[in-house]
Formats: sequence, structure tokens, C-alpha cells
Amino acid sequence: MKFLSKFYIGLIFLILYAPILVVIIFSFNSSGSLSSFSGFSLYWYRELFRDGEALKALKNSLFLAVTSSVLATLIGTLAAFSISRSKNKYYKRLAEGVSNIPMMNPDIVTGVSMMLLFVGVGTIIGVSDTLGMWTMLMAHTTFNLPYAILQILPRFRQMDKSLTEAALDLGCTPAQTFFRVELPYIMPGVISGLMMGFTLSLDDFVISHFVSSPDFKTLPLYIYNQTAHEVKFSMYALCTLMIVVILILLIAVNVAGSAGESRQRKKEKKTTGVSK
Amino acid sequence: MKKRSVFERIAAAPHLLWSAIFIIAPLLFVVYFAFTDREGNFTFENILSLSSYSHTFLMSIGFSLIATAVCFLIGYPLAYCMARMSEKTRNILMIMLMLPMWISLLIRTYSLMALLDNGGIISTFLTSLGFEKLTFIGTDAAVILGMIYDFLPYMVLPIYTTMTKLDRKYLEAAADLGCNNRQTLFRVILPLSMPGVISGVTMVFVPSISTFYISQKLGGGSFDLLGDTIERQFKNAITYHTGAAISLVMMILILISLAVMNKFSDSEEDIIV
Repeated sequence: MKFLSKFYIGLIFLILYAPILVVIIFSFNSSGSLSSFSGFSLYWYRELFRDGEALKALKNSLFLAVTSSVLATLIGTLAAFSISRSKNKYYKRLAEGVSNIPMMNPDIVTGVSMMLLFVGVGTIIGVSDTLGMWTMLMAHTTFNLPYAILQILPRFRQMDKSLTEAALDLGCTPAQTFFRVELPYIMPGVISGLMMGFTLSLDDFVISHFVSSPDFKTLPLYIYNQTAHEVKFSMYALCTLMIVVILILLIAVNVAGSAGESRQRKKEKKTTGVSK
Repeated sequence: MKKRSVFERIAAAPHLLWSAIFIIAPLLFVVYFAFTDREGNFTFENILSLSSYSHTFLMSIGFSLIATAVCFLIGYPLAYCMARMSEKTRNILMIMLMLPMWISLLIRTYSLMALLDNGGIISTFLTSLGFEKLTFIGTDAAVILGMIYDFLPYMVLPIYTTMTKLDRKYLEAAADLGCNNRQTLFRVILPLSMPGVISGVTMVFVPSISTFYISQKLGGGSFDLLGDTIERQFKNAITYHTGAAISLVMMILILISLAVMNKFSDSEEDIIV
């Protein structure tokens, strides 16, 4: 039984990873063949870095990933703060419900609806080409926001309320309490919210497809354009690089998360004197 | 404490404002476009004209149902096997399961295409074995396989999570009371892991029914699923009204199926995302 389940897990993971491995291996192929590996070479990587458009897309992607995740985390932190502290039931339900909409809706509907908003508002104010960097930033922030709240809200809920009360009693202003007591406590949530937003933004294709313009392309949009009609091996190289970046980020999040947890466990051990 | 509550209210404002502009208003725009014609007059024409897309609707629903069912049949045993591993192995498997979820859908679909392509490894291998040259890209099976491949981790993860949270005492009780492994699986584990199954089903069904990239790439451009139709209406066509109507109907269909599925699950727990 144990052997069978190990075999099954191995098999499914092999199938899950086979296509990705094929792309990674063939990005180092010295020839342009999809079926035979004729020798190791970095030719396609050199080709990729010679491509000015690819570098521009990389710059756009990084800019968007950083700005949208920071903006979403900022708004999300404040929102999580008031959702966890508010006594108004309707507000809580409204705020959490509205966050759920982009997570439940298919991406294509989110993309299309935002496109209609931007084009619609553009028509009203008389601007014909509204789509571009700013609409991309707004869209990416919007789909990052629920995930930021999802990461940060549990931290606020776990936090002992007496810490906040103590700070206020001891004469901190609400702002001081927030920055000196609450913010440090929720920091792990803030960081994972940032990283999650960064990856979501870097990866997104569907929503970007609808709210972008040809002169502001991100990496996924660039890959989409380049692979529309033919197989391009420099795109394999780009995909490989993106997979490596995501892998590093994922490991960083996990290491940071488990390090934070074990540090906290240690602290608890110290304060309660109970060893696990 | 009064100052504090003012601070709380101010902190809520950016999120509410942002959601109103970028989540609620866009949906209102979809509704507006779905019920107006080019001159902006109110009309049911767009919705009524959807009857000519009934084939698209049925095909999309069929494809996503098959993909979801296969994902469940593959994913449930996988989650079950994973949950029985030691904690150390489980953590590694968990990261391995999440990595594909973090890689862009675009890249994963493109990789699958590289493997299945007509000059790719599998077809070259089969030809060298003496099989006739077969084309896989462009068939129904390729599109459904793409959905399964892309969304399988989304099925496994929530089921796996509910399984690891299962109280082992239930399993011991079942065994003590004379259940064999199979009975324990079908009478105890399966009902208790239902919330995970439901969120897994949603997380596979919703992206499957709305995809356009998978059918474009693996379908060889000859497929008209719901997503393709919406995409074409918005990216190529001059009018947004039909596209908005299709999006609206699709959204309502999804909401109804979500509500029905949540009814079926006894648990009060929210969908795990």
C-alpha cells in the first residue's frame, strides 16, 4: 500500500513536471529542434538578451509587479486593520464580500469588466486610447488586493487585543499604536502579501490581455505575441528564467514563513516555559 | 478611545473606495453594455441573440465538466496518498504541488504544447515506434487534457488541506468499530473532506469554463469555447455588447453553480481559496 501510494505520487508529479522540464531542457538546445537534443548551448539566451523588446517587457513587468504589490499591500493592510477591529457587522460583511468577487469571478470576466470601465470612462471624458500603463497598474492592484487582505487579516485576528489596549493606555496615539505595536506584529503577513502580489502580477496574462495596449507589454503578453504563430526557442529561454525566479520566490516565502513560525514558537516557549 | 475609532474608519476608506471603482463599477459596466445597443438604448437583443451561441455554451460546459471530473478522479487519490506521508515528505510535496500553481498559466500551457506538438518528443517517439503520424493538437482531447494539466493542482490542494486537518481519532474510531480501509474511506474520509472537494471542484470548473488560451493553443485555433468567443468579441470585434452579454450570462451561471454546490456541503465553512 505504501509502495503503491509512493508510485502514484511519483507518477502524477512526473506528468505534472514533464512539460516544464522539456521547456527547460530544450531552452539549452544548440539546434532549433523540439524532438532531439543536439548539444548544450546558451544560444537562445543570447538571442533573448539581444531582443530589445523582451528587455522592455521585463522592465514593464518588474515595474508593475513592484508598484502594484506595494499599493495593494498598503491598502490591504489598512483594510485588514479596520475589518479586524470594526464592530460594525455590515461593514465587515461588505468588505470581505467585495474582496471575494475578483477571487470567485473568472479572470476573463474581471479583465473584460475592467476594460469596459476604462474604455467607457474614456468615452465619457473624450479620450480614445485610455489603455496603457496606468490601467495595467490599476488592474494589477485590484486583483492583488484580495490576496493581500487574505494574508494580513489572519495576523490581525491572531493578535492579542490587550497589546493594543496596553499601548493606548500607556499614552500612544492611535497612529503610534499602529506603527509601533500592530505593524511589527503583522509584518510576516505583510511580507507574504507583498511576495504573493509580486508573483501574481508577474504571472498574470488574462486580465492584462484586456487592459493593456500594444505599447505597454509585460513578459506574459510578450510571450503570447511571440508564440502566436510559431515555436520560438528564445521564448523557452524566457520561460525558463521566469520559472527560476518563481521557484526562488516560492522557496523564499516558505523559508521566511517557517523561520517566522519557529521564532514565534521559541518566543512562546520562553514566555510560557512550556516546551513542546 | 474615540480617536481610535476615527482612525479605524479612515483606514477602511481606501479599500472601500478602490473596490467601488475597480470592482463594483466594472461589473455595472458589464450589465450596462449587455442591455444596451450601440446608441445606448435599452434592449434585450444582446441577451436574446445568445441562443445562437447555445452550442458554444454546451460545449464549454461539457468540456469543463469532463476536465473537473477527471481532475477529481486523479486528484482525490493523490491528496489521499500525500496526506498519509510523513510530515517532512509532505512539506516537500506541498511545495512541489504549489510551484506549478505559481508558474504562469501561459507558460504551462505553452510547455504542454511543446511536449504534444506535431514535431515534439511524444509524436517523434510514437512515429519511431512505427505508429502512424498522429496529430494531437487541434483535437477535443488536447483541449481537455490542457485543462486537466493546468488546473489539477487546484483540485489537489484544498482536498489535501482538509485531509491533513482531519482528526485522526475519527479514523481510529472507524477502524475500532470494524470498518475496513475501504469503508473508512467512503463512509468517513470522503464525507469529511467534502468542503475541500467542493472548493477544488470550483477552482477547476471556473477557470476551465472561461479559458481561451488553452483552446487557442492546444485547439489549434479551431475551437470556439465561451472564453474564445468573449475574447474575440472584445479584442477583434468592434462592438462590446454581445461579449458583455455572454460574460454576464457566464458569470450568473457560475454564481448559480457555486450557490448550489455550497448548499450540498453541510459545512458552514467558507470556500478555501
